[in-house]
Amino acid sequence: MNVAVLVKWVPEPQGTPTLGTDHLLVREGADGALDPGDEYGLERALQLVERDGGEVTIVSMGPEIAVAAVQRGLAMGAARAVLITDPALRGSDTLVTARVLAAAIRRLGPIDLVVAAVESTDGYTGTLPITLAELLELPSVTFATSFDVIDGAELQAERQTASGSEALACPLPALVTSTTGVAAPRYPSLKGVMAAKSKPVDRPSLTELGLVADEIRSTQSVTGVGTAPEKAGGRVIEAGPDAAAEIADLLEEARVI
Amino acid sequence: MWIWADLTSDGLASSALELLTKARELGGEIGAVAFGPRATDAVAALGEHGAIRVYASDDDRLEEPTSRVAAHTLVALIARDSPDVVLFPSSYRARDVAGRVQALTGSTVMANAVDLPTIDRARAEILGGTTVVDVDLAGPRPHLVLMRPRSFEPAAVGGTAEVVIVDVVEPAGFVSASVLSRTDPGATGPSLDDAKVVVAGGRGLGGPEGFRLLEELAGAIGDTAIGASRAAVDAGWVPYALQIGQTGATVKPEVYLAAGISGALQHAVGMKGSRRIVAITKDPEAPILKMADLGVVGDLFQVLPALTEEVRRRTGR
Repeated sequence: MNVAVLVKWVPEPQGTPTLGTDHLLVREGADGALDPGDEYGLERALQLVERDGGEVTIVSMGPEIAVAAVQRGLAMGAARAVLITDPALRGSDTLVTARVLAAAIRRLGPIDLVVAAVESTDGYTGTLPITLAELLELPSVTFATSFDVIDGAELQAERQTASGSEALACPLPALVTSTTGVAAPRYPSLKGVMAAKSKPVDRPSLTELGLVADEIRSTQSVTGVGTAPEKAGGRVIEAGPDAAAEIADLLEEARVI
Repeated sequence: MWIWADLTSDGLASSALELLTKARELGGEIGAVAFGPRATDAVAALGEHGAIRVYASDDDRLEEPTSRVAAHTLVALIARDSPDVVLFPSSYRARDVAGRVQALTGSTVMANAVDLPTIDRARAEILGGTTVVDVDLAGPRPHLVLMRPRSFEPAAVGGTAEVVIVDVVEPAGFVSASVLSRTDPGATGPSLDDAKVVVAGGRGLGGPEGFRLLEELAGAIGDTAIGASRAAVDAGWVPYALQIGQTGATVKPEVYLAAGISGALQHAVGMKGSRRIVAITKDPEAPILKMADLGVVGDLFQVLPALTEEVRRRTGR
């Protein structure tokens, strides 16, 4: 079974992100990492190929420093990676990104399952994987809290819905987006880190992917940036015998008790 | 100007009425797309809130879980009637449909929008709501804009909508996922959307049993919903439906009480519109204290039970 796992390099999740003069998130020179949300789906994909055979391929688009995220995925156990880097892709919208990733996945040959996180930790758009699924004409299961592959032919998944959950069966090939519930990510071993250095990382150009200028033109541009109105800070007290009464006073003022 | 009307097992989602408010402000002919269970039952409410035309179908195929049929059907309607914009809520279903439509039409998808000042310009809050950006939208029409919940107030204006028959389109070679089982525990108590008070817990509650303290407090106050930070949901202490923040619900209650939540940007964007904010945290540096009208620094395992007692004493419950 061949699984493609989408990963994204994101600025350090605990850091303070900043916008550059071009209104885009500053990525160069920033500390960054593999998006923590991607590790869960990657872990689950690795478990499946370790059980059933096959390979996991990491697929990513990002700046040069995204190599670090790709290397981490390889250190966790993926067999190989594809990373697309091009200055023309800076600030790409979800459609352009989906087109690039779709072209990269098509080049891999037959893929049984595409795995992505529900959404990235920096952009939170949450539509890219499904756009990719449509470009690849694949069925999809989004918001999976667990997933498995039965006999190499069928994806079975439990997914969250707005008010509960549902269990789904979907013929392969398919795309699944995973929440953090699908597996507990492993920490790369030293051996894994060493092995990652000799694993193949394909770096195709946009031309090699067969993409023309029209297909990589973004449909969005940030034209203005402002600071959201900040709320004036209130009172801070130490928890003591009066704390409960103070909160209850506020509830009374608000007429909710 | 079109809006996507989400339908749930409880009927028309309130997000549809919020989107109609914005659509009316932008002017033009307003269409509503209602695909799903009892879609035709929603026509009256959509008309009442300003839709002049409703593309309604309760054909089962439009509900299939991959959203492919819904997307292809919507694209056929778009090709026929050429809307400039389709406004979507930020639900799972709407994200799936909008994402697939984008692949088919090459349209822009603007997610997490809080406003649409003109049909070619969206406004979004980024970096946890600290920064507002205006984004110019280009590319083939219609622009697909996903609005954050509760960005607009629903308002009835009176009116009736004409129903347009929808021809369901299945893509060639279509394969879908099948639903094996479905669990829908249904709502218990007031929803996060409607409750006057929201009490939310985070990592500081230490585990699922910490949420019992919140349930007791909610019971004492009344008309109170329970919420959670992403950390508590990711830890598996409470279901995703309770999550408040960038991923999850946006709430604007009269009083928001955060217990053991640091107030990371992720969370702030979902609750900063609350009328009054109370925070209980042991961390004197927690960002949530900067947002709070009243911040209490200390042990929430003492403060919460004491507060529940105090509320019971005052209300006689």
